[in-house]
Amino acid sequence: MLTVDIKKNLSDFTLNISFAAPNKTIVLFGPSGCGKTTILRCIAGLLKPDEGSITSNGTVFYSSQTATHLPPRVRNVSYMFQDFALFPHMNVKHNIWYGVKTLNHQANQLYEKLITLLKIEHLPHRTISQLSGGEKQRVAMARALMAEPQILLLDEPLSALDAQSRYELQDELKRLQEIWNIPFILVTHSPEEAQAIGSEVLFLHRGQQVSEPPPSWNMNGNGKTTRSSFQYFY
Amino acid sequence: MVEWQPVILSIKVASISVMFVFFLGVLSAYVMRSTDIPGKAALESFFTLPLVLPPVVIGFLLLILVGKQGPVGILLKEYFDIQIIFTQSAAVLAGTVVSFPLMYQSTKAAFEGIDKTLEDAARTLGASEWRVFWTVTMPLSWPGLVSGLVLSFARTLGEFGATIMIAGNIPGKTQTIPLAIYFATESNDLVTAGMYVIIISVITFSIIFGLNHWKGKNITLH
Repeated sequence: MLTVDIKKNLSDFTLNISFAAPNKTIVLFGPSGCGKTTILRCIAGLLKPDEGSITSNGTVFYSSQTATHLPPRVRNVSYMFQDFALFPHMNVKHNIWYGVKTLNHQANQLYEKLITLLKIEHLPHRTISQLSGGEKQRVAMARALMAEPQILLLDEPLSALDAQSRYELQDELKRLQEIWNIPFILVTHSPEEAQAIGSEVLFLHRGQQVSEPPPSWNMNGNGKTTRSSFQYFY
Repeated sequence: MVEWQPVILSIKVASISVMFVFFLGVLSAYVMRSTDIPGKAALESFFTLPLVLPPVVIGFLLLILVGKQGPVGILLKEYFDIQIIFTQSAAVLAGTVVSFPLMYQSTKAAFEGIDKTLEDAARTLGASEWRVFWTVTMPLSWPGLVSGLVLSFARTLGEFGATIMIAGNIPGKTQTIPLAIYFATESNDLVTAGMYVIIISVITFSIIFGLNHWKGKNITLH
C-alpha cells in the first residue's frame, strides 16, 4: 500500500494531494499541466515535495516532519516515462537488465517470463532505434518490471502509440498488474485509457483532487459525448 | 636543418596535457552541472579565461605562480624538491591551462545535450550517481568529449606564448615545434622553419580531418 499526502508549490498553483494506492491500477486523470507528472516524480524521488509524507509498505520515502527524503535508487519504484527513456546506446537486452541488482537464476527466470509475456523474445539484440513505438513500450515495461519494483509509475504510457497497439497494450497492462499485484499509478489525459485500465480514478484540477470529472471525461476521441460514467470506478 | 626532437616533444607534451585536460574538463563540467554553488557564473567565466586572454598573459600569470619566487613554486621546491620552471613539465602545464577551456566547453555542451530523463530513468532503476555517470552520462557524451580532446590536443600542439614564458626555449629539452619555427625564422633559417610549418600543419590537419571523418561516420550510424 502506497500513501501519498503532499504539498508542493508550483509556478501557477499549489499541488495538494492525498491518496492511498492499494495493489491496483490507480489513474491520475486531468488536463495537461495539472500536476500529474509532478506527483509521479515526487513518488519516485526525482522531485522533493515541500510538505507532507509518502510511505510505501511501512517505508517512509519522504516526510517533511522527520526531514526524510530517500534517493530514487533505494525506493524500489520503477518509472515508465512518457517517451520510454530507453538507453539509446544499449541494446534491448542490456536495457532490460539495467535495473537488476543480483544476477542469478531467479533473475534469468524473470527475464524469460517477461520477454515471453510481453512478446519481445525476438528483440533482445536489437538497438533501440530499430524498435517501433509499441515495441519500445513493451521493452520499457520489461525493464521497469525486471527491477522487481514495489510500485510502478506510468506516465502516459500509451500516448505515443497508434490505436491498434494502444488497445493491445491496455489489456496487457491490466494483465501485468494482476500478475505482479503491486500498485500501478498511471497518469493520463485520455478518458478512454483511464476507463480501460484504471481500477480507481482520481480527477485532478490545478494540483487538487476534485470529485467531478472535467468535461473532457465524457468525450470520446472524436470530441463527442459518450455514455460512460465515472461512477463505475468508485 | 630539421631536428625531430621538437616534433616528438610537441606530441609528447600535447599527449600528456590532454590527459590532464580530459580529467579536469570532465570533472569541472560535471561539478558545475550537478551543483548549485554560489558564484557559479563567476567561476564559469574564470574557466573560459584562458581562451580569451593572450597566451603570453597566461604564461606571465603562471610564471608568477610557479616561478622560483612564486607561491606554488616555493611550495613544490620545499616539500617535493621539484622545480617546474624551464622544464617539460612547464610546457605540459602551459598546454593544459590554455587548452582547458576547449575541453570544458565541449564537455559542458555534451552534458547539456543529454536527455536528463535517461539519467532519471537510471536512478529509478536503482543506479547510484556513480553508475549513472559511467553507464549513461559518459557514453552518451562521448562524441562531444572526443571533439574536446582533439581540439585540446591541436591547441596544445600549437601553443607558443605561455610555453615560452614558463618553459623557455631550450633546444633538446623544452623546444616544441612552434618555438623551433620562431627561432629558426629569427636566425633567418627559413627552410627549417618552413619544414616545421609543413610538419605541424600536416599533423593538425590529419587530426581535424580524422575527427570530422569519425563524427560523420558516427552520425550516419545513429
